[in-house]
Amino acid sequence: MSAVATPSLTERAHEIRRTVLLMCRGRGQGYAGQGLGLADLFACLYFSELRASVDRFVLSTGHSAITLFAALHQQGVYELEELCTYGMDGSRIEESPLEGTPGFEITGGSLGQGLSQAVGMALGERLRGRDSRVYCLASDGELQEGQTWEACMAAGHHKLDNLVLFVDDNRMQADGATADVMNVEPVVDKLSAFGFAARRVDANSIDDVLAALDWAREQKGRPCGLVCSNLPGKGVPSFEVYAKVHYIRAPDDVWARALEELG
Amino acid sequence: MTVAVQSATVDAPFATALLELGRRREDVVVLSADLSKYTDVLPFAEEFPDRFFQVGMAEANMMGIAGGLAKTGFLPIAVTYGVFATRRAYDQVAMALSTGPSRGIVVAFLPGITTPFKATHQAIDDLALMRALPGMTVIDPADATELSAAVEFAVAAAGPVYIRGMRAVVPRLFDPARFELRAREVLTGGEIGLISTGLGCQWALEAAELLDGRASLLHVPVLKPLDVDAVCTYCARFDVVTTVENHSIAGGLGTAVSEAVAGRGMPTRVRRLGVPDRWAPAGSLDYIRRELALDAAGIAEAVR
Ligand SMILES: Cc1ncc(C[n+]2csc(CCOP(=O)(O)OP(=O)(O)O)c2C)c(N)n1
Ligand SMILES: [Mg+2]
Repeated sequence: MSAVATPSLTERAHEIRRTVLLMCRGRGQGYAGQGLGLADLFACLYFSELRASVDRFVLSTGHSAITLFAALHQQGVYELEELCTYGMDGSRIEESPLEGTPGFEITGGSLGQGLSQAVGMALGERLRGRDSRVYCLASDGELQEGQTWEACMAAGHHKLDNLVLFVDDNRMQADGATADVMNVEPVVDKLSAFGFAARRVDANSIDDVLAALDWAREQKGRPCGLVCSNLPGKGVPSFEVYAKVHYIRAPDDVWARALEELG
Repeated sequence: MTVAVQSATVDAPFATALLELGRRREDVVVLSADLSKYTDVLPFAEEFPDRFFQVGMAEANMMGIAGGLAKTGFLPIAVTYGVFATRRAYDQVAMALSTGPSRGIVVAFLPGITTPFKATHQAIDDLALMRALPGMTVIDPADATELSAAVEFAVAAAGPVYIRGMRAVVPRLFDPARFELRAREVLTGGEIGLISTGLGCQWALEAAELLDGRASLLHVPVLKPLDVDAVCTYCARFDVVTTVENHSIAGGLGTAVSEAVAGRGMPTRVRRLGVPDRWAPAGSLDYIRRELALDAAGIAEAVR
């Protein structure tokens, strides 16, 4: 499938990145590092994997909403003009939106809670006899919240093979490198110990993501955990260094140059 | 006495207060849950690396660890945002830090609507939750002077203490010389009775400027234990008093004043201004205040 799909997903990812930069440029600030780093994963999810009105996507990492907004733009849910009001007074394009904002299934952002709701949805969908799959994105920082592991335990216990957890393994969090703040590794081993089929994925490689999603669909009798290595700021060379901060505030020329670098 | 609105600012008063405390007392330890950059604890962490504990983003665990440190003779100061210190770790604050005889101090940033995010970050119920804990002292400082004084107050206290924090450049309304952290009238003489805590003080002062000297203001930084005498003596002068707070109208200053007045059987009516019983919008502080009619004009209009 990749031969035909890859170029178009690459374009999708590129467009997500461009949208992310345009959104941040409005106020000169935002979660650009996360948006750029996760663009390939979201392109694969929204333009290959998720079945409309069947599967569910749960964004636990509320502040990574920028990536989801940018993906939903290409689905026609949001106009670019509105997205460029990201974070502005009165805008519904909030930096960490609540449930009820189109495309957002839960209120994420008080971090470490989303996977529990994803487990509930997976249980509910199974109980309803539907073949819906539930995909949840949680960050490496969120692995430090105990509730995430309570949810993992429940997912393993209930053998939720309709649940896929993506760990946004960007190796950073608010205070710095995750390894320095509070080590969360070995994540694959930990998830396996909780009853997941788990593996690492290069989430900046569309081929690798597609292969991992295929692999996830084949797992039976247990939930799936994909530890998604990605580079904050990916696609904008000057940002790949600069973006190694949790939140970017920069003057307009920095955003203009970033857009040029992205091409 | 009249206080100028935001007459000056102080750089990172909490950082300074922590540093001074750390130098003076070797039993003080500080904990952060992945927010050290955002809560002015880095100077302490740099000077006293052995007495600073980064626990990662795990607030419930942080309160538990703080409780353990307290049991080994340290005075733990657990620092995070208000929502996470209270909603996320409420049981841990209660059980690990507040049943005594050991105790801890919690300092909670982004009070009320002082965050650009919505429900996830707005600590609009923290004062209510903390006030409900037996023996908990609850302080909502109005400015840099009160924040520094609150840290000293907490250290001198006997039980657990919850302080709302403000980071980076913080306004200074009150002169720190011979300052005492207690309920006091900061505007006198007017026939419109206002009562404030925390940032509500500045908001009330801004509104007073629109009221041509007709407002009085009792400012109450320590919500619990409430100075019931000071509150009731003040309220006795008015048919109606209006409370102004950076918090839900449920469970904070407005509720505490109502309880005090009703407890003494006084006829004074209490009008509560604060975050109404719905989730506030996201955005800049000015925008949210306007939307909730907590800007100067909105408050003046409500009390005029
Ligand atoms: C429960 C909770 N605690 C603290 C915070 C404050 N906070 C916001 S983002 C963040 C860092 C979390 O790590 P991660 O999601 O890996 O950050 P990123 O990779 O996006 O920089 C923190 C501590 C929060 N939103 N929720
Ligand atoms: Mg991270």
